[in-house]
Amino acid sequence: MSGHVVPLKVYFAIFATLMVLTAVTVRVAFINLGPFNAAVALGIATTKAVLVILYFMHVRYGSKLTWVVILAGFFWLGILLALTMTDYITRSLPHLPT
Amino acid sequence: MQDSHTTAAHHPAFQHHFETMEQQRQASTLGMWLFLITEILFFGGMFTVYLVYRNWYFASFAAGSLTLDVTLGTFNTVVLIGSSLTMALAVHGAETGKRGMLVGFLILTILLGATFLGVKAVEYTHKFEEHHVPGPSFRFGSEELRHFHEEATMLRSTQIHGVELGEVQLFFSLYFAMTGMHALHMIIGIGVLSVLVWKARHGRYSPEYFAPVEYAGLYWHFVDIVWIFLFPLLYLITRHVGVHP
Repeated sequence: MSGHVVPLKVYFAIFATLMVLTAVTVRVAFINLGPFNAAVALGIATTKAVLVILYFMHVRYGSKLTWVVILAGFFWLGILLALTMTDYITRSLPHLPT
Repeated sequence: MQDSHTTAAHHPAFQHHFETMEQQRQASTLGMWLFLITEILFFGGMFTVYLVYRNWYFASFAAGSLTLDVTLGTFNTVVLIGSSLTMALAVHGAETGKRGMLVGFLILTILLGATFLGVKAVEYTHKFEEHHVPGPSFRFGSEELRHFHEEATMLRSTQIHGVELGEVQLFFSLYFAMTGMHALHMIIGIGVLSVLVWKARHGRYSPEYFAPVEYAGLYWHFVDIVWIFLFPLLYLITRHVGVHP
């Protein structure tokens, strides 16, 4: 098997980083940043998810085909979220003259 | 090519329609990722519903979110990320042919998963006791609302209009749908890992072939990622309403 064996210290470093980010996101949630609370929380969550995908799920060492499939998957998720939200968040805007 | 074919063909897990073990591994990895993408879009649909209604019914969603227990949520986040570490270590044990490490960390992963579900059961029990479960017996008392309005008036935000009980029920419906679907995935994961423990003890996996361990790991990490998003969205992002700017 030509799979890349990830050194154990990489797993421990990633775990430590994830713990720090968890502590930060809980702490920041109790500070009023107005609309930026949601942005910071989702930014940290995305960072944690990317770390899990790249290292725990070995994607960093995966084939190009795996990368293409995963990026395509997240692109579809992006379409689902972005196109839906363009409708719902603009419904409260004043009506434009037709 | 011919050499690798003949040597790989000796392995009992090698399927005849693949040229080599390496080709078989790449094909099955791709298949596992395609399955995970269907899962991403499945949970993505629920996240989209959550975002739309949170945007529309901000005050009610904030009021519902404030009744969740951040301490238990944080504890469970630590437990679940810890279980991802033990899962990664189990896969490492399989890759390097250490059967004791593989079996030990698989069992530890199962125990951490069960801990998460136990805490979730405690949280659900609280919600039932407080009548926060949507339905005929739903109750969102004046106590919770007064608490919320005291906190909300401190926030100088035009987003706070009022709390509607129907909208709070919608928050709890989504809370139970999303955490319930997540918990169901964990129960399935624990079942899969239990089968792997049994097979690993019987020496079915070796550094040449441990694909089921690897793919169970991918599934387990995926479930962890879903929680990484559920935790801030459900528990955290409206906590600041009680804090002075």
